[in-house]
Amino acid sequence: MNSQTIKQDNIAQQLRYLVGQNLLSSISLILFGVYVFIALTGSYWVPYDPLESNTTIALQGPSSQHFFGTDHLGRDVFSRVIVATRLDLGIALAAVSISFFVGTFLGALAGYYGGWYERLIGRLADIVLAFPLFVLAMGIVAVMGNSLINVIYATAIINIPFYIRISRAEVSLQRDRQYVQAALLSGNSHFRTLLFHILPNCLPNLIVQISINMGWAILNAAGLSFIGLGVRPPVAEWGILVAEGADYIISGQWWLVLFPGVVLMLAVFTFNLVGDTLRDLADPQKRK
Amino acid sequence: MYTKEKKLLSVNKLAIDFETKKGTVRAVENVSFDLQKGEIIALVGESGSGKSVTAYSILNLLDANGSMPLGEIIYDGMPIHKATQAKLKEIRGREISMIFQNPMSTLNPIRKVGQHLRDMIRNHGYASWSNIEKEIDKLLKQVEIHDLDRVKNAYPFELSGGMCQRVMIALALACRSRLLIADEPTTGLDVTTQKSIMDLIKSLAKEEGLAVILITHDLGIAAEYCDKFVVMEKGKVVESNSRLDFFSKSKHPYTKKLLLATPSKEGKVEDLTLEKPSYLNISEPEISEKPLLVVEGLRKTFIKKTGSFLSFVKGKEKREEFIAVKESSFSIYSGECVGLVGGSGSGKSTTSRMLARLDDASAGKIIFDGVVISDISSNDFIKHPYRKDIQMVFQDPTGSLNPRHTVFDLIAEPLKRLGESFNKNYLGQKVESLMLQVGLPIEFMTRLPHQLSGGQKARVGIARAIALNPKFLILDEPTSALDVSVQATVLQLLEKLRRELGLSYLFVSHDLHVVKMLSQRILVMKEGVIVEQGETSKVMHSPEHSYTKQLMSSIPIIKEKLAIEAAL
Repeated sequence: MNSQTIKQDNIAQQLRYLVGQNLLSSISLILFGVYVFIALTGSYWVPYDPLESNTTIALQGPSSQHFFGTDHLGRDVFSRVIVATRLDLGIALAAVSISFFVGTFLGALAGYYGGWYERLIGRLADIVLAFPLFVLAMGIVAVMGNSLINVIYATAIINIPFYIRISRAEVSLQRDRQYVQAALLSGNSHFRTLLFHILPNCLPNLIVQISINMGWAILNAAGLSFIGLGVRPPVAEWGILVAEGADYIISGQWWLVLFPGVVLMLAVFTFNLVGDTLRDLADPQKRK
Repeated sequence: MYTKEKKLLSVNKLAIDFETKKGTVRAVENVSFDLQKGEIIALVGESGSGKSVTAYSILNLLDANGSMPLGEIIYDGMPIHKATQAKLKEIRGREISMIFQNPMSTLNPIRKVGQHLRDMIRNHGYASWSNIEKEIDKLLKQVEIHDLDRVKNAYPFELSGGMCQRVMIALALACRSRLLIADEPTTGLDVTTQKSIMDLIKSLAKEEGLAVILITHDLGIAAEYCDKFVVMEKGKVVESNSRLDFFSKSKHPYTKKLLLATPSKEGKVEDLTLEKPSYLNISEPEISEKPLLVVEGLRKTFIKKTGSFLSFVKGKEKREEFIAVKESSFSIYSGECVGLVGGSGSGKSTTSRMLARLDDASAGKIIFDGVVISDISSNDFIKHPYRKDIQMVFQDPTGSLNPRHTVFDLIAEPLKRLGESFNKNYLGQKVESLMLQVGLPIEFMTRLPHQLSGGQKARVGIARAIALNPKFLILDEPTSALDVSVQATVLQLLEKLRRELGLSYLFVSHDLHVVKMLSQRILVMKEGVIVEQGETSKVMHSPEHSYTKQLMSSIPIIKEKLAIEAAL
């Protein structure tokens, strides 16, 4: 059977169709591809070592040698921004994966079984959401210790409630559809029905949430580093780059803040837009 | 013009185009009909025939991508197909009103019924502050609503579907409309409610001179209430006749097919299509001596707990009990089809869910093949060997198929979970033979549900249900979402399978005429109680319970049909 190849062909066709339909989604997809490419390969082709300092060329503006200029230790800002991509996207991806799996699972239990599951899990989500989320993340990192893994955990925890809410709402809608009863009649246990029949049908909305969350998570990780929690200098990370550059705005070295800031902003923008595109891909009804 | 006095509406050679991704599509072509005061005209056709689009075009309510390139619509001597928006606004509501299929969702849920009427009357200036309430009372009485205060102060969701439809009609009457366009006004309502709504529309037409365009897929309703018939197929009018000629002189094969497929009081399932189905030479399966399924005193109550958290902790919650099914007892023999008929809320769906072991009964016994299966909880029954013997075909062919699974996945699912073998070749062969058995082309194996038509989806649902060679099949309104001609073929398929495989059915439906074609015995259910059960012919010809009689008289029948069948 070559059904697999047919399926892939369909997705390729669908992608072409989507790109033709909407300029914004094609831009976002291109940018998304660029970010992924940079994250995967960036460290191999950057012109300079991002950590190598050379004070003789400190604080030089953008030039043909140093596209984004150099910082106060003479490090190449362009190389640092490129290398930071992998770290920032990595943190976001890890955090969002954790919150997606944990949040969706908890929300699905709440939505499907209702009763005490729903009350407990619902209140849990409410408790987390009652805090200002960034302050909660700061608190978590501060208490658990200043490390990369804790930044990931903190970012994951503050995003879990969103997945709980979406998957609970989706599952409780899908639960009453007749195909669920048909699945039960075919000998699927409740848990199996939930996992293999209901959840895949909830994916379209969850995927949008994943993508939007990626944007938030990047901002959150950069924000934590900016205020000195989480990743520490001299590691190249967008938040740290902006934080280091912030001291020099007054003296006119704008490139230190501008370039990492723009790259960060574009990343958030891209992930927010890609969500809409992905939703159309994930929904079989829209695949004509 | 000399015709001005007589014709209220005349549609002439109308064509409607839609701009789509694939270019311009002509949805409707060459449609003509005339309508006079007090006349009811039926636009009959199956889904996709263009009957609704035609009616919408009269009020120029087409979607933005629709246009009317050809033809004309003359209302009261005025060409409204080229009227301006301002003019149309004047006509909509005041001259021509519309009622829709789902009255609950047409009324604004946050406005009370009285407010709806008040707005309508005041906007069109038919009453002043002083007499508006009187005017409203008069309107509500006209649509046979008598507890005025309750209805006026009720939100739409507090009323039944039939009541909401009456309010919609009252809104149409509020502005003394002369033409009412009714788009499937009774689909989704009970037959008894349907009858009262249609009777109301008919009396308004006859007494007040209201002209009515009735859009319907049900030839039965059309035959009972309409003066003129326009039959549409694929955007074209295939037959346009007055009542008298329609039944005696209709020639087009599509009209004949529709007439045949419409269930009637006496008709048999093999008479629904022109060609006689092939299963007739299969003899009736032998009906066993011992019943396959015995139901004794089955009861289902739903308990609603109310009260605060504190009362929950103390165990002092208030309990409200709602009885869905009251002590019902019946038995089904193998090889037999038993019909279960009742209106909405009669408990027939709850009964079928309990028999399918999707729900636990509150009391009573279900004995299947000598084993008391009601003792096994619905959770444990999933893994029970009897699971594969009791299967179900669902009402909504679309909703009952997982939209992400291909036809192969859907049919193979029960085989994978409860069958003997996971072997790919075995599954492939089995699915292929099942698809052939239910009349699905093998190429459809890789299709997703949204790429199938309604009838094909119904067939997938049936193939899935018989995949495990069950002994007992529960058919929960398997054809109520289908067009009549598709319904005819699906019913014949079910009859064929019963004869071939010796299956037993419990056929659940609200339509007595559909049920009686397949069933040897019929159970009639009302408010959770089985009020009558007996041989089909006995229940059909000499019903005992008043509710059965009411059901029988509510179903519209084509009286002329017998004559046509004789003529064919």
